[in-house]
Amino acid sequence: MNNSILQVENLVKRYGDVEAVRGVSFNVEEGEVFGLLGPNGAGKTSTVEILEGLRTPDSGRVSVCGLDPQKNPQELKHHIGAALQATSLPDKLRVMEALRLFASFYRVHRNPEELLKRFGLEEKRNTFYSQLSGGQKQRLALAMALVNDPKVLFFDEPTAGLDPQVRREIYDIIEELRREKKTIVMTTHYIEEAERLCDRVAIVDHGTVIALGTPRELKERSDDKTRLEVRLARPEPQENLKNLEGVSDCRILGESYVLQCQHPPQAIVSLVKYLESQGNELFSLEIATPSLEDVFIELTGRRLRD
Amino acid sequence: MSNFAALTRMRIQLTIRNKMFLFFSVIMPFAFFFLYAGVFAKGVPEGVRYLLGPVVALTVMGSFWGLSAALVTFREQGILRRFHVTPVTPSDMLASSVVANYLLTMPTVLLELLFARAFFHVHNFGDLLAVFILVTVGTVSFASLGLVVASVTNTMQETQIINQLLWLPLIFLSGATLPLPSLPAVMQRVGVFLPATYLVNSLQRAIVFSVPITHLLLGVLALFFWAAITFFVSAQLFRWDAESKIPRRAKLWAASTAIPFLLLGVYENRTGRLVAESQAAMHAAENPGRHADTPK
Repeated sequence: MNNSILQVENLVKRYGDVEAVRGVSFNVEEGEVFGLLGPNGAGKTSTVEILEGLRTPDSGRVSVCGLDPQKNPQELKHHIGAALQATSLPDKLRVMEALRLFASFYRVHRNPEELLKRFGLEEKRNTFYSQLSGGQKQRLALAMALVNDPKVLFFDEPTAGLDPQVRREIYDIIEELRREKKTIVMTTHYIEEAERLCDRVAIVDHGTVIALGTPRELKERSDDKTRLEVRLARPEPQENLKNLEGVSDCRILGESYVLQCQHPPQAIVSLVKYLESQGNELFSLEIATPSLEDVFIELTGRRLRD
Repeated sequence: MSNFAALTRMRIQLTIRNKMFLFFSVIMPFAFFFLYAGVFAKGVPEGVRYLLGPVVALTVMGSFWGLSAALVTFREQGILRRFHVTPVTPSDMLASSVVANYLLTMPTVLLELLFARAFFHVHNFGDLLAVFILVTVGTVSFASLGLVVASVTNTMQETQIINQLLWLPLIFLSGATLPLPSLPAVMQRVGVFLPATYLVNSLQRAIVFSVPITHLLLGVLALFFWAAITFFVSAQLFRWDAESKIPRRAKLWAASTAIPFLLLGVYENRTGRLVAESQAAMHAAENPGRHADTPK
């Protein structure tokens, strides 16, 4: 028996003949930001909507805040908050009316005025929903997700379709929630979003979790080693560089040498010592670490956004 | 309970802000009213009194049109999805639609009666309690019809087609536009299968002959049961998400809502009571004075 706030075991969801979710399992701990990263159609939204009690799974076990979303949907909904995909509010509903209305649905709710202030919507309080910009709509969606002071927050593709400026605003909001130790489950198909915002990430593809860990763990697990790209004053024999301590391979790329290394600090030290002993000089050095994108390509043979 | 109240409030706010509502629920009924009262009844108080039944019935029946459209729009735009992650239940959602519609329809009906008094010197509205009960049961039942239509259709286009198919017989075969006795006998026989016919006829009898509600029970109870069945079925078939399509067996469920008026229609076709009653009402309107306070 574990006491994770959210538990998913062997979750399966079919739509007709299509198996959208094929045996997904993971746990989310209290206070962490958990990301489901994967391409569109990977089964992320289906998984999250089952956790929210919006969809019925075909098999598997799910527990959110100790409740089964199937058996106890009404009670569960008091404890969760969500910013959904493909949703909207009535055109002629004003911002403040929307917050007040949704606050009234819950036993416990936060002060709508406070949320309005926090999400920078004070000036828009009397604006119709249809007249808000994309970013304002999304800020309102996040404010509404917090209206019942939920134990678990679900953000489904919180920045999809927003321009870069607005996306950064949303990142700031989510980072603030992370600092407050809110439990958040979010889906995304943006690598940088997962790397920047999530404590742990599950990489999802074709309805299964193909890797799970902190962004750092995932990258370390990758076979792709860190690359050192160096330019030297005088050429050196490729063999000598390859045999340096901490270096596993060396290639020549135009005027520079690309050193593959498992332990970059060690490699740099041995490289510098070697160059000194040869009376050679280092012109430039660049370090390229593997990204989650590299991890994804390695696991699936595809880029995340095709 | 409070969810239901909050949603009702929202629906009323949204409806009032909608220009379509202003046109269909305020301007149109009054246009009908002045057309009926001024042109068809030539402004004669007895004539206006006779036509008040159909006018009020039309106002009441119009409910289902706007209600189905609003609910389908909510579903198509993903608005219902958002409510689905809150503790709001399908019954909250549906009941608030019905009650908001009722609260918005009442003032229009009241104004129609007041206009009849102010402009056409109608001073006797018959049995007002019966009129009130009929308007209430009628508005609720036709609103529920709208909910079922929203439940069995997947797109706005489908909704509008079904609405048209329902609306035409409801207004032309029920006595709401053309008096029932003036229709060919075959159409009269079809008309008694329609809930609208009972609403029009009962309203006319309550207004023209002051028939109390206790003598209109058959029609009122049929409307009441119809409302209960349609509301129940629409709650069963309720979908939060536009993606989840309606299963075929669900359409059978929807068809079951026709049962009360199928039974009543068979009964009425045998006895011919309803047609005789509506003839009497028309007769009274055509011969003012003679039937001034005719019996039930």
